[in-house]
Amino acid sequence: MNAIEASNLRKTYKGDVTALDGLSLAVEAGTIFGLLGPNGAGKSTTVKILTTLSRPDSGEARVAGFDVVRDASRVRRSIGVIGQKPGLDPEATGRENLEMQAEIYGIVGAARRERVEQILDQIGLARAGDRLAKTYSGGMQRRLDVALGLVHRPKVLFLDEPTTGLDPEARAELWHEIERLAREEEMTILLTTHYLEEADRLAARLAIVDRGRVVAEGTPEQLKSELRGDTVQVELVESSNGNALAALQSLPGLSGLSVDGRLLRARAENGAAAVPAVLAALEQSGLQVASATIARPSLDDVYLRHAGRSFEQAETDNREEAL
Amino acid sequence: MIPLRHTWQVALRHIRALLRQPAWVGISLTQPVIWLLLFGALFKRTADIPGFTGGSYIEFLTPGVVVMLALSSAWVGMGFIEDINRGTMDRLLVSPIWRGALNLGSVAQSVLSLVIQSLIVIGLALAVGARFQNGIAGVAALVAVAALLGAVFASLSNGVAVLTRQRETLIGIVTMVTLPLTFLSTALMQQSLLPGWIRWAAKFNPVNWAAEAGRSAAAANADWGLIASRTGFLALLLLASAAFATRAFNAYQRSA
Repeated sequence: MNAIEASNLRKTYKGDVTALDGLSLAVEAGTIFGLLGPNGAGKSTTVKILTTLSRPDSGEARVAGFDVVRDASRVRRSIGVIGQKPGLDPEATGRENLEMQAEIYGIVGAARRERVEQILDQIGLARAGDRLAKTYSGGMQRRLDVALGLVHRPKVLFLDEPTTGLDPEARAELWHEIERLAREEEMTILLTTHYLEEADRLAARLAIVDRGRVVAEGTPEQLKSELRGDTVQVELVESSNGNALAALQSLPGLSGLSVDGRLLRARAENGAAAVPAVLAALEQSGLQVASATIARPSLDDVYLRHAGRSFEQAETDNREEAL
Repeated sequence: MIPLRHTWQVALRHIRALLRQPAWVGISLTQPVIWLLLFGALFKRTADIPGFTGGSYIEFLTPGVVVMLALSSAWVGMGFIEDINRGTMDRLLVSPIWRGALNLGSVAQSVLSLVIQSLIVIGLALAVGARFQNGIAGVAALVAVAALLGAVFASLSNGVAVLTRQRETLIGIVTMVTLPLTFLSTALMQQSLLPGWIRWAAKFNPVNWAAEAGRSAAAANADWGLIASRTGFLALLLLASAAFATRAFNAYQRSA
């Protein structure tokens, strides 16, 4: 059974900015699903629509079995959302924040007291519970935000860029917590991220989003194995786009050639075997090599293949479009 | 039942924030106290104008200042702009909270702070010699119409805040609206002494409805019919503005 289904979602903002251009996805109940893409790809708009915060121009979506437009209030009772921006009220204490959130979801009286204590304890804020949230450290605030999304034990949890801005330690902690939730509470989790390693680590399945559409979908392993062989990456001393491409184009066994400044990338069935030939060809063209590496395919390569541009390039493009 | 619970939760949130900054109640009293004491002293001789029937000017002015207090509710929308800039608004809108509670809870808080401020101003006016001829009932009616007017302005402010989402816009609108509304009313001057065109404009001015009703309630020969009708106008306006604010939250959702 699918906990989340979206078909052909379209959304255009004022000024003709197309945020979603026919996005579809399905998430099986009880699994973690990753929406991977650079900033501006349409991930946040997708989450906004699925969480009833925004309405699609066309297309349909169901969450926990309810239509997000026609049955928005039932969807709201079934979901938890941990957004990009802090949702807490800084002028209230951690406990007051959680109490109000519990009340909104109909958890009242003794049940409320018990649940709030329990979750304060779980997120390590039991002792800081009566301090104003604005006095919390960044990591504590984030944990309170997570607790606000979980206090009512939602069936479906949305995590929009949950670890953006966290230090590595806090990020690892949160990853651990997300994995625990999916396992113990049998929650369905939709996670958006622009960290490739985050998607790789957490998501059972993931969809790569680019320009408002899903360009690839599968398990991280499936997506990576679509790319046969290794990635060969060569860094030149000086950038020389045309020459380098010309030098390598004729080599057998190389595919997916790309140049990005001083960086050359190519895929090869057997990376170790291809490197000598690559180095020789570059030397013949008078290009000095600074370093050469071989890597197993990463999600970055998957992204490059499906979106037709590197992840970093897409981020830069989207930033420029936004300006 | 749920609407009431949710409204209480939102109100509780704002009331707590207010109680944590009690100095704010004092700061927001500065202006009305200046109006009452300085303006009242400056225009003391108003009472000598032929045709002025309001007793001492300070006694005449006090209901006007109480009504002007209500206009400060026009600033409450600022809180929602902060909520929008953080993720607090989004967190509330994806929850099953009753939509009307967002506005009504904030209105309840601003009415509470308004009532406290009104009582302080009235106490101060008593101390400097103003008298309220209808006792507790008159004072209660005065505070009630001020509270109604405050609720109207709080709702409008919330609606505008959520629609525009810009501090600057809200500041601009509030400044542009509140001062003219004050002067196009009987808050500071007796109706019969107003220029004709202001007297005409005042008929459509909710600030004037509150000023007329509030002053009548405080005066010797209270006109309870007039008080009831003005209260009725204000109540209708409150319904409309609360509906507007609640719709604004839905519009925010559509355009998000």
